[in-house]
Amino acid sequence: MKFGIVVFPGSNCDQDCFYVIKDVLKQSVKYIWHKETRLDGLDCVILPGGFSYGDYLRTGAIARFSPVMKFITDFARKGGAVLGICNGFQILLEAGLLPGVMLKNRNLHFICRYVYIKTENNQTRFTGLYNRGQILKIPIAHNEGNYYIDATGLKELKNNNQIVFRYCSATGEISDQFNPNGALDNIAGIINKKGNVLGMMPHPERSSEKELGSEDGYFIFKSIITWLKTKRKW
Amino acid sequence: MKPGVYHSLGLNGQEYQNICKILKRKPTNTELAMFSVEWSEHCGYLRSRKWLRLLPKTGKYKTLIGEDSGGIIIDDLAPLETTKPLNNKKKSLTGLAIIFKMESHNHPSQVEPKQGAATGVGGIIRDIFTAGARPIALLDSLRFGPLSQAYNKYLFRGVVDGIQFYGNCVGVPTVGGEIYFDKSYTGNCLVNAMCIGIANKGELVRARAFGKGNSIMYVGSSTGRDGIGGCSILASHEFKAGEEKRPTVQIGDPFTEKCLIEATLEAINTGYMVGIKDMGAAGLTCCTSEMAAAGNSGMDIELQAVPRREENMQPWELMMSESQERMLICVKKGKEEQIKKIFLQWGLNASVIGKVTNDGFVTIRDNDKIVAQIKAHALTQAPIYDMPYRRPKYLRKLNKLEHSKILKPKDYNQVLLKLLAAPSITNKAWVYEQYDHMVQTNTVVLPGSDAAVLRLPATKYGGSASGGKGTNKGIAATTDCNSRYCFLNPYKGAQIAVAEAARNLVCSGARPAAVTDCLNFGNPQKPESFWQFKNCVEGIADACRAFNIAVVSGNVSFYNESPQSAINPTPTIGMIGIINDINKTCSQNFKQEGDIVILLGYCREELGASEYLKEIHNLIRGDTPQLDLRLEQAVQKTVLEAIEKGEVNSAHDCSEGGLAVALAECCISSKCNMIGANINNLNYEMRADALLFGESQSRIILSCNKDSVEKIRKIALELKAPFCVIGKTGGKVLRILNDIEELIYLPLEDLYKEWSGSLKKKIEE
Repeated sequence: MKFGIVVFPGSNCDQDCFYVIKDVLKQSVKYIWHKETRLDGLDCVILPGGFSYGDYLRTGAIARFSPVMKFITDFARKGGAVLGICNGFQILLEAGLLPGVMLKNRNLHFICRYVYIKTENNQTRFTGLYNRGQILKIPIAHNEGNYYIDATGLKELKNNNQIVFRYCSATGEISDQFNPNGALDNIAGIINKKGNVLGMMPHPERSSEKELGSEDGYFIFKSIITWLKTKRKW
Repeated sequence: MKPGVYHSLGLNGQEYQNICKILKRKPTNTELAMFSVEWSEHCGYLRSRKWLRLLPKTGKYKTLIGEDSGGIIIDDLAPLETTKPLNNKKKSLTGLAIIFKMESHNHPSQVEPKQGAATGVGGIIRDIFTAGARPIALLDSLRFGPLSQAYNKYLFRGVVDGIQFYGNCVGVPTVGGEIYFDKSYTGNCLVNAMCIGIANKGELVRARAFGKGNSIMYVGSSTGRDGIGGCSILASHEFKAGEEKRPTVQIGDPFTEKCLIEATLEAINTGYMVGIKDMGAAGLTCCTSEMAAAGNSGMDIELQAVPRREENMQPWELMMSESQERMLICVKKGKEEQIKKIFLQWGLNASVIGKVTNDGFVTIRDNDKIVAQIKAHALTQAPIYDMPYRRPKYLRKLNKLEHSKILKPKDYNQVLLKLLAAPSITNKAWVYEQYDHMVQTNTVVLPGSDAAVLRLPATKYGGSASGGKGTNKGIAATTDCNSRYCFLNPYKGAQIAVAEAARNLVCSGARPAAVTDCLNFGNPQKPESFWQFKNCVEGIADACRAFNIAVVSGNVSFYNESPQSAINPTPTIGMIGIINDINKTCSQNFKQEGDIVILLGYCREELGASEYLKEIHNLIRGDTPQLDLRLEQAVQKTVLEAIEKGEVNSAHDCSEGGLAVALAECCISSKCNMIGANINNLNYEMRADALLFGESQSRIILSCNKDSVEKIRKIALELKAPFCVIGKTGGKVLRILNDIEELIYLPLEDLYKEWSGSLKKKIEE
């Protein structure tokens, strides 16, 4: 399988994603510079975390104008798998590939710590190896993870089963108490209607090895590989 | 020249005369500006240099001391994968270099906390990657006045905000550090930032320019008027009432720095770089003169080629500006375009501003007209001052402490709860959860334990062909200094700082390897203040020799005074240790019920200088606890051997708050797995408060499986470390008894509530 990791100036989880795909999952992977205009031969594109262009403006607001984004949009339209992690998720929202917006965390601080999320939808190419309702221990690290969408949008997300991950307790209880950033309905990750573009705030690349305290994120990448091997339709 | 001119630049009359003598003429304005910054205390180490020579430069690990940073080499991590095949010359240079340094940014942070702290972080990161190393971790040692005062609260919030703003964006994890509050820091907070980087030894670069005809290039952000006089006016003088110093603080841009890291490491990888230096303090002046002096060469610079962001900048302004995220590099002749291409790709300036000469002069031109011409060595060899020193008179009185006059508390439970809520002891999650401490995916032990632990990647590009990160080694890092000890006894306080740093590393399973020091003191022109400095340096030197570890880098910050007070002497020790097997690390919290709790070391009846006296009796008195370096090493070696043999489940040292606080932390520092303990075998005949809260040194609490007790006892016996089984883990209560009565009985929930919630409460109230 061939993965591509997009590098915007200011991306800082690009090397971590590259490392996990190459050295932990032993897959073929390359960097895609933000000015590149070809995505030939890739099976999955990852928009990594970081502070693209410094994120001095609204997060992701500049990155979406990078030359490569036009080609990522085409890639997604044709059904290619796109995974946005943290800043990558924010960029996907700004680019309109996923619905909704990110607000500042409700405590107005950057938050870096392990949280628990519940797998609400395991019928996606990114989550196929999880059980429905499976609880993952996975870290977050962001300033703007307070997901918001209007009531119609939220209804649509629910109706289409587009909410993939929600923040919860270690035992799976979903309530405001276990919502780290104020995200609407404890939303931690969503997928587009077509099911090929996933955005999530938590970092699976930081929880893919036992030494780091959790391997729960590993199965996001493994799910993609498994899906590509067995079910790929394009 | 009118004295007002050189005085306003921070030079005295004698120094001005010296400058005239060196030049054999009167200096131009630009030259005077250049001397003023290079000869400032901050850059020139005029008053400290004599004593810094005492610090050991060699130790049990091979050291490497560069112009702006230093480190150690681990040879058995060779050969390493690089992006390019190593040529023969480089093959002999295989080995992994760990480069690290700590630096202060105190005065800028006091004036403008967010930007001051942010640029402190940015500056120390640049010192690491300009050596050719990829920055892999940051630590911060912070000190503020009490949070009860609004301005201190503002400083604290601002500094934390600055560190998260810069460190999170630049993609280097902030994995550890320390925070203390003491009224001596009111009016002068301390922000000491430490950065650690790794490189293949063969790819290290020095801050030197040599080779006649090679090009001098300017890369990074453009130059503005920010930070003019930062090192000479701001950093080298104490604060006086009513001064406006904000314009001397620089503004940080972590995004540019992130691009600069990637571009610089890529450029170094071409092999075309002769030398590189960060334009930090004293900007262009420092880089031109120090790179030429270090390379025994000269430099001819044309200022018109310097990228700038403000109009009509004068030559002296360009030479003094401390605009951030800029570097000077020396490039092999004919390779300028290749290097330029790399920086341009990252959206950064890169322009040739001059060339290397062999005449020994730094020649600065503006539109071809010479505006300064000075021997490089004359600028870098600032005068050395032999400062008078004198033991402060107040110590004689303060060092006396009669235990009999200290009232014994009625309720030890209340004392323990109060200590756990004390700002210097309480849990710091409110701070470190604002820092990205996991990026780069090397952090194995997260913040909140005795030391941060990172696995060591085999290359600065992350993984390796062999899978995983490529090595099974790790490093641990910590910063330590109890400045109350250093105030009451500078020599011993500094020794304890070294011993405690080593103890913290050992508790995580690491072998102490090398030190960087950040020496924060008051006005060196006051003999009492200089005595503190001299004694602390001697203490560090003697302790490091005892541990056989080198001081590879460091920084001196004088003039930490304000009308309110002078700071406690604060020689912050940054120490790194090597973990031979990353699967055998250790952390402080109890791991399971039914484990045996062991205390290594002696409890002595010592109350002097303790957190207990300060918080409960409002007393800063007495002498520091005793320190026997032989006992210290016996305890540390025992713990290391036991951890490396896999016998230990948790290890935690006793520091501020003594045995009781340390035991409480063992019980509650893992929120999702809190385990109580019954400590019922403390057979010491002494005051109960001294037993519980005294701060006797060289003590480590271990917990282990039943089967391991005898094995650990044997190791301790061989190494002559005092060993005692003091109790057992289990339940949801911490209970401590001496031979007569029950002293502590507290549910873990109560302990946790005080310990975890009080910092946030104090900041947000």
